Parts: sequence; structure tokens; C-alpha cells
Amino acid sequence: MAFREYKLGARMFGLALGGSMCITLLLPAFDFAAVASTDMGLDKQFTAGHETGFSLDDPFLLGWNKPLKVTLKADPVTGQPMEAKEVYVYQKGTTFPAGVLHPRILGKGIEELSVQKGKISEAKKDAGAVFGLAKDGGVSYVENLTATKGWTTAVVMAAANAGKDEDISHAGAGKTMFVREGCWWCHTLLPEQTQDWQVFGAPPMIGDFNGESPTAFGSDRKAPDLLHVGSRNSSREWMMLHFFNPRLVQPHSIMPRFDYLWGEKDANGQKIDFDKWRTEYDQYRNGSRVTPPDVPAYSKNSEIRYLVDYMMSLK
Amino acid sequence: MLKYLFAKNEDIPAGSAAVFWGFSAIVWFVIGTGLGSFNAAKLAFPDFVTGNEFFAFGHMRQVHVHAVIFGWISMAFGMAMMYITPALGNTKLWSEKLGLWNALMWNIGLSLGLVLLWAGVSSGREYSDFPWPIDLYIVVFMAVPLCINVWMTVINRRTQGIYTTNWFFASAVFMVSIVFLTGNLPEFFHLTGLTEAYLTWWFAHNVLGLWITPVAAAIAYYTIPKVTGNPLYSHRIGHLHFWSVVVFYSTPAAHHLMSAPLPEWLKSFASVEGVLILVPAIAFVSNILLTMSGKWYMFVENLEVRFTITGVLMAIPLNMQGGFQQTRAINWYIHGTGWIVAHAHLALLGFSTFLEAAAVYLGLQMILKRKLYSLTLGNMHFWMLLIGFTTYWVSMTIAGLIQGAGKIYEVPYIDVVIAEHPYMIARWLGGTMVFVGNVLWLYNMWMTARQGTVVPEGRMPHELAYER
Repeated sequence: MAFREYKLGARMFGLALGGSMCITLLLPAFDFAAVASTDMGLDKQFTAGHETGFSLDDPFLLGWNKPLKVTLKADPVTGQPMEAKEVYVYQKGTTFPAGVLHPRILGKGIEELSVQKGKISEAKKDAGAVFGLAKDGGVSYVENLTATKGWTTAVVMAAANAGKDEDISHAGAGKTMFVREGCWWCHTLLPEQTQDWQVFGAPPMIGDFNGESPTAFGSDRKAPDLLHVGSRNSSREWMMLHFFNPRLVQPHSIMPRFDYLWGEKDANGQKIDFDKWRTEYDQYRNGSRVTPPDVPAYSKNSEIRYLVDYMMSLK
Repeated sequence: MLKYLFAKNEDIPAGSAAVFWGFSAIVWFVIGTGLGSFNAAKLAFPDFVTGNEFFAFGHMRQVHVHAVIFGWISMAFGMAMMYITPALGNTKLWSEKLGLWNALMWNIGLSLGLVLLWAGVSSGREYSDFPWPIDLYIVVFMAVPLCINVWMTVINRRTQGIYTTNWFFASAVFMVSIVFLTGNLPEFFHLTGLTEAYLTWWFAHNVLGLWITPVAAAIAYYTIPKVTGNPLYSHRIGHLHFWSVVVFYSTPAAHHLMSAPLPEWLKSFASVEGVLILVPAIAFVSNILLTMSGKWYMFVENLEVRFTITGVLMAIPLNMQGGFQQTRAINWYIHGTGWIVAHAHLALLGFSTFLEAAAVYLGLQMILKRKLYSLTLGNMHFWMLLIGFTTYWVSMTIAGLIQGAGKIYEVPYIDVVIAEHPYMIARWLGGTMVFVGNVLWLYNMWMTARQGTVVPEGRMPHELAYER
């Protein structure tokens, strides 16, 4: 018997693996490319920004290069009161989301309106841009408000900073915290289609993810689903206590404490004495103290604020 | 081993690379299971070591997963390839030097990647959590050099045909490189949305299906005939196994997302293909068990055979679960519960680990020409792995069924957490037992290299009587 070269086998192997990849990668790609973004998908994409996992723009997942979501109650240029409107502020140098860089992924209909009426192609990274959602004949599209209304990032941020801090949301940076801290190892972002409606809310629709990266569905649900947590519980105070030490509000919780996200200083600029807090908490736990120690209020630019903003954005 | 890194290839003793890979694998196994035990403790006792991000569950969980998959399992695979591929080709390893450098680069890359993951630098994609520069490193410095070494050894073989094990080795090293490059496309080119979600699970499914499962099985195709002296029961069933792995195991990626809004045709297709994974599974299990014919006493008497056959037997419940739990009828109940965690450990810590442990035990004794230092420690290792794993698997399966019931009957979530608590403690105890067993193994293997009875040329280690 001669030395075998396995020519037929090698070809069949190429055919088998290539055919498999054709069916499992190429064919679904056509379906995914045809998915038009839902309103929820547009909001999630522009809230989170370009990337909330690792990227060269935010290599240590500190929440760099992320947009702000601002609720405006007056026209920032004229000062005229108006119905509250949520806008997405991409300050100078912030990478635009995938839907602006490649409008095709917004989906048929939305793409054309966003480019022609919304002028999203005119947005410039080195000048920054403010985006909002608009509707035309029942179809939602993205509007580059800097181009259409002259709402520059400077004008919008001046108006936002003059208003209440709670109208500014750092949900994009918060989603980065969600990824970095591994929240998604236990909390899914995917109510299941079969049985989760009553408790965790509606399962996502097929167009809810356009432009989102990472989707971070999670696979192991050791804890409640969070896709609609902001609708179930919109108390920032509860979130604050729960993140600092979950056992303060839910004695049986097995969630880790996230007190280290508070940073060095609290809302009043005072240094937080974590050791003292933990000692007092241990005294409370062993019964030598009646009430648990107070949880320090988080500062405006702390990582926990970003994370709570993200929780609040999950409607 | 390190002294040979800059030696001439022909001056490096045969088997040096395999020894480096093998000991690295055992060390990663100790690290990986130690982290697993620590993580399990945190799920049972959430205030155990707290207030520091580096000991937070969310920072450590993925380090455990990647240490065992890419440290222990994959380096044990590398070890097996370094000594089995040339043995089956009746030749020498193509390049011992490349093998040594490959193991070094593997350890460096994995350490770097794990430190980044520990610090929270993650792509946010399960199983492909490594940031993309690390993914590229894995392909260029870890997977492709291994691929080249295995392929060149197979091409330079001095046998007419290629034995079953080497089909699997050669195809798996190729496929894992393709899987890494394709599965990480969302990170390389910033693909988003459903494409990203689907490719995440395409990667996760195929890294298990085209790397871990076939290579583990290939090892059993070597160890059982080699140690028992029986020829493989059927090469035709081996053919069936090989081709059905390539065709059926590479296609059901979407069954990991049965509850996500993917196209329905894709989910149905994946689910049917998922059941068809039973074809390679049954082919493999029957082929190995029939090869044991007349040598079943070795299942009791021989450590390597006992490890291998235990792993093969665990492939039965593994594939019965795997084939059916992804159908819609069952998936809605157990998806996202501890059942899946138990199943994943049955695949990696049950089926796969037992096969690789046998290959590492056998290979290190054969290459070092030293008989295992202590059979008692070897037996303790076996039983601690088996009892620890079984405790883990049973407790997590029960916890998963509780979670499933809680999900279906819409029980307030915290009641599920309370009900799971005893099983979390059992899981921690089981995991800790596995960890302690591995520490014993590392000691036993170290002492084997130092003080094991010398095995004469041309003899198998199990042909010698134990002196201790």
C-alpha cells in the first residue's frame, strides 16, 4: 500500500467545514443585514455610543469616549420652553455610534430619512454633534440636531449644566461599568420569549440591538433579569443602598458589594472611610449596633453614578 | 526546559516540549480550579473577602473559565499533540524547539490575557472575553505554531496512513485557528447588534465543538489501544465520528440563543443539528467501550484506563443532556439556570478533563521514563476529582431545576436564591475537593520526575510493579 495523501479527504473536509460556515454564517448574515432598528434599538445605540466593551478609545473600561444623554426642557438656543426631549451629546472627539458611521445598519427607511432629513452624515467627530430621535410619517429616524437646528454640543451642555444634574445621564459610561464589573455574569439582559413576561417584562424584539456592542445578553441567570429594571424600580436611593451593600435592602442577596465604585470621596467631597463603615456594619450584623451605618451619597462623577444612570436607562 | 529554548533543534531531547506543556497544564489546572473554588465560596458566602474589586466575583469568574479552558485543557491538548502525533506517525516531532517556544508563548499570552480580564479589561462577550489584541496574539503565537508543528509532523510521518487520533488533531488545530479568527470578527471589525450576539455564541459553541470535544476524544483513541494493547474496535466508526463532528458539531451555534430574537429558521435548524450531535457521540463512546473488550480489569487496575473510561462514560449523560436540552421543549425550562452550569462542568471537568488527565499521566511517565511516584496519590486524585465533580454536578443540576421551576412559576427571585443556598455550599465543597486533588497531582507528578522508578527502554510504565 502506497503512502496515502488524503487528497479526497482534504477536499471533503474543506467542503464540509466551508458548507457549514456558509449555512451558519453567510445565510444568517443576510437576515441580520435586513433587520431595521426599532425605537428601543435606536435609543440604546445612541445612549451607549460606539463601544462599551474593550476598545482602543477606552482600553481600561473607565467610561472614556462615551456620549451623554441629556433631557432638555427648553430650546437650548432660544430658551423657549418645550416638551421634554432627550438628546444624545457626542462631545468633541467622541466616536460616533455604528449607525452614524455606517447608516446602512439603521435599517431600510430609517437610513434614508436619517441621512436626507436628519443629516447624520454631516456630523463631524472633531466638532462633536448632538443627536435626537424624530418621526416622519410614523417612521423614526435619527436627527443630527447640530446640523438641523444649530444645537451644538457647547450650547446643549451649557443648558444642561444650568439645569438639574439628574437630567444628565451617563448611561453610556454606565454600560461600560456593567461590562467591566461583570454584572452580566449573573444578570441577563434577555427576558425569555416563553415565560418572563409577567416578572421581567417584554422580551426584546429582533431590531432592538442594531449598532449595540457588546449586546451582553448574559447566559447564566443567578439573579433577576435587568432589561427593564428601570421600569420596575426607578429609585436611585434604593439602587445606591443596594450597590453599596445589597444585604442592606435584601438580606438574602448573594450579590457582591460594589462599594469600591464610590471612589475616594462622597457627594460632599468628604473622604469615605470604608474601614469604619465595614466595622460598624459588622457590629450591626452581630447585634451590637441597632441600625446599619449610613451609606455615603455618591459624587457626581463617580463610577457608581454612571452605573446607576445605566440602570435607570433600562426601561 | 527553558535551557533548550536557544539550543539547536537536533540537540533538544525528544519529548522536552511535551514535558513543558504537560507541567504547564497541571499548574494551570491548580490555578483554574483554585479560582473556581474561590468563586464558588463567594456565591455561597457573599461577604467572604469583600470590598476589593480584584476579589469581586464579576472580576474573577472569567479568569477561572479561561484558566481552565485555555490553560489546563488546551495546554494538556498541546502536551498530547507533542508526544502522540509523532508516536502515531512513527517519527519525531517536527520541531521540539517550536514546541518549547509555543508553550512559553502560550503561558505568556494566557497570563497577560488573564491579568487583563481580572482587571476588568473585557470585550464583554462570553468565552471570547479576551480583548482583540489578545485574540490576535492567541492566533499568531499560540494556535498557528501548534498547527504548524502538528501538520508538519503528520506530513513527515513514516507510516502509510494517518491514524484516527491524528485526523482529529490535525483538523482541530486548523479549525480552532479559523474559529478564533471568525468568531472575533465583531471585535476586529466592530460588527454590532445581533451579528455580534450571534458570533459570540458561534465562537463559544465551536471552540467547544471543534476544539475541546474532538481533541479530547482523539486522546482516548490513543490511550485506550496503547495501554490495553487492543486494536481500535473499528476505524469505520472512527470515520463516522470524525465526519459527523465536522458536519454536525459545527452547525448548531444558534441553539445557545434559543430565547433570543434570532431568525426562527436559524433556531430550528440549530436545534435539529444539535440533536444530531448524538451521532458522533454514540460513535465515539461505543468505539472506545468496544475496544476495551477483554481488558475491563484494567478499568479497575490501571489509573490511565480508569481516567479515560470514566471520561468516556461521562460522555453518555453529557451528550444526552446536550442533545436534548437545546430543543425548544426543554430549553425554555432550563435555559440560564444552574443546570447549564452543571452541564458545562460535565463537559469540561467531567468528560474532557478525565481524558486529558490520562494523557498527561501516561505521557509524562513515558517521556520521563519514570513510573508514577505514588499510586496512592494517583488514586486519591482520581477519587477527589470524581467525588468533587459529582457533588458539584448533582448540586448544580438540582439548583438548576429549582431555578427553572422558579422561572416558570414566576416565584419572586429572592426565594430562588434562598432555596439554592444549600446547593451553593455543596458546589463549593465539591469544587474545593477538585482543587485539593489537583494540588496532590502536581506534587505527585513533580516527585515522579524526581524519584519515580526508572522505566526500562521499550517498556510501558504500567508493565512495572509499584514500589511504593
